Amino acid sequence: MTEVRRVTRARRGADVAVVLGALASAVALTGLLFDRIAPFSGVVGFIAIAYPVFLGLYALLVSLDDNALAVRDKVASAVVHSLAFLALAALLTIVIYPIVMGFDALGHLNFFTEDMADAGTLDPLDLGGVLHAAVGTLEQIAIALVITVPMGLTCAVFLNETRGLFTRLVRTVVEAMTALPSIVAGLFVYASLILVVGFERSGFAAGCAISVMMLPIMIRAADVVLRLVPSSLKEASLALGVGQWRTAWHVTLPTARSGLTTSVLLATARGIGETSPVLITAGFTPFLNWNPFVGSQVSLPLATYQLVTSSEPTMKERGFGAAAVLMGLVLVLFVLARVVGGRGPGEQSARQARRRERQSRAHFHRIQAVQGES
Amino acid sequence: MTLLLDAPPVAPPDEPRRGVAPPGGVDRVFRLLLRCAGLAVLAVMATVGLFLLTQGAEAFSAVGFDFLTTQAWEPDSLNFGIAAVLVGTLLIASVALVVAFPLALGVALYISEYAPRRLKRALTSMVDLMAAVPSVVYGLFGSVYLQWQGVDVPRWLSLQFGWIPFLHVDGVEPTDPLATDAAYVTSTFWAGLIVGFMVMPFICSVMRESFTQAPQGEREGAYALGATRWGMIRSVVLPFGRSGMIGGTMLGLGRALGETIAVAMIIAPVFTIQTQILGSGGNSVSALIAQRWGAASPFGLSALMAAGLALFVLTLIVNFAASAVIARSRSGQGSD
Repeated sequence: MTEVRRVTRARRGADVAVVLGALASAVALTGLLFDRIAPFSGVVGFIAIAYPVFLGLYALLVSLDDNALAVRDKVASAVVHSLAFLALAALLTIVIYPIVMGFDALGHLNFFTEDMADAGTLDPLDLGGVLHAAVGTLEQIAIALVITVPMGLTCAVFLNETRGLFTRLVRTVVEAMTALPSIVAGLFVYASLILVVGFERSGFAAGCAISVMMLPIMIRAADVVLRLVPSSLKEASLALGVGQWRTAWHVTLPTARSGLTTSVLLATARGIGETSPVLITAGFTPFLNWNPFVGSQVSLPLATYQLVTSSEPTMKERGFGAAAVLMGLVLVLFVLARVVGGRGPGEQSARQARRRERQSRAHFHRIQAVQGES
Repeated sequence: MTLLLDAPPVAPPDEPRRGVAPPGGVDRVFRLLLRCAGLAVLAVMATVGLFLLTQGAEAFSAVGFDFLTTQAWEPDSLNFGIAAVLVGTLLIASVALVVAFPLALGVALYISEYAPRRLKRALTSMVDLMAAVPSVVYGLFGSVYLQWQGVDVPRWLSLQFGWIPFLHVDGVEPTDPLATDAAYVTSTFWAGLIVGFMVMPFICSVMRESFTQAPQGEREGAYALGATRWGMIRSVVLPFGRSGMIGGTMLGLGRALGETIAVAMIIAPVFTIQTQILGSGGNSVSALIAQRWGAASPFGLSALMAAGLALFVLTLIVNFAASAVIARSRSGQGSD
């Protein structure tokens, strides 16, 4: 008798047929049940019945030609797949929803070039826009970045270059603060900068509140990236007699450059979407305000919040438009972070590699020239 | 070998080892700078509680410990407390975790165990993107779309399982054909559901990380003993990732407790303890602050600061516990 080679592929045609069969019969069965006992209506109810029916039928079908172990495996796999599908579908819907709903508002050019000074609640979309909010968002995030980038990156280097009780304390506190409620960050800046120091409610205060919130996120992400720098590189530098400062500046930081950029961009994406700190520290205004130090200044998420809670449909639509602009900004930042930071520490892009090669060739010529002289 | 045995019989006289050169001036300045940065960050983080305490002290001393037990928010007539909003916060966070935990577990297991290799990276960055989506966008989706379109879900739950006290909804006649949907929207349930979607990516990324670290040898060992994929996951991946699962969930809880805008957009504020999570009305500490901030008197601001302090302490406890659990699962911090 000749031996038949076993099929070792993970997915067999019969498996797919079983899934499809179970799915079809579940839909059919639910359709039948749906007319008889109907505490439900709509798509949600249909799915709520069809899904358990599907799982039961699937288990039954698998059990026809496999043992209990395989049945459990298949059912677990089906549950995991459907949970993942459900979660990702829900999240995709949430991202796409404001863009679809705000499409009308985005079509008007004045939406990007005017503030809400002349537009009343009943005016059509031809009048008024979110320029004031966009300006506010950009200025506030710029202020936050000016504060957080030097402070956050230096603190991340601190966590990696020194060790001891103090370092551990700082790391623990920073990690606990990554989930600091953003409204508490706003309250803190209000209590300190505005009530004690005496600033007024302004874009600057909002920038400070956003940076209190961004700081732990950035430090933690940068800390993880810096930890990934191979210590052989650092040790090689130290072994050549280079001091700690030059090792950090010329070896550690350049090696982790792409990861550090990613940490900054991700923290920016988080900071740009924060509503509650701005609500507390900058106040709401429908007017364009270029000066972040004087007077109220609104931001895109706050404008979205205010516009959508209005009862007028056009205001709501403007709110969706503002949310779509915000979502677009976040998407751009995120894609940028992935493009820049997709590489591990020390991996170079083609351009970086070419530059390194040029530098090293220049060094070679220089050394040759020196040798030729002597 | 023989070379080693033929070592010179007389060792050269011992010389003191050359000491490592002390770090130069630049390095000392560098280290001082680093320490200053660390200190500054620590100072900012440590003074958060301090400032809230000093500003909230006035309100707290006015009512004493009634602050923790009163179910009202009328600071100007000295009748205010966080009992209702605190309970509301915890209820919203519990609903959020009930939603987020299975979803996060499913997505994390799918990415680490089931997904094809090429999809893994794309899915990972997609989950990361979801973590960066502004909460106002989640709130928008929940308040304008989901709670009206999905109103069947709480209606069905309350009709079928109304005998469970917290799923009951008062004042709804199931046979009344004119009943509106309003009884089932703006509820703790919807706020919790949206917050659950929001914290799902955070929980998921911690879980996924701890699942992917499960040792390859043990996985293959399980397969070699004849385990199915699910058997391998149950006996290797899940036990290995247990502390990551717990820690990630607690991190998610910390975020869910502090979520502001999405809750404020969805919920209809009430100031009594509302335990019927499917029924309209509810509240949370952060939503209270966001809603009352604009119209508050100086004393009202102080009261809101005190409420913020309570929220801060609550999240801090949860976060410290979470990072302690996660830290226990990692062996060493070095990566090489």
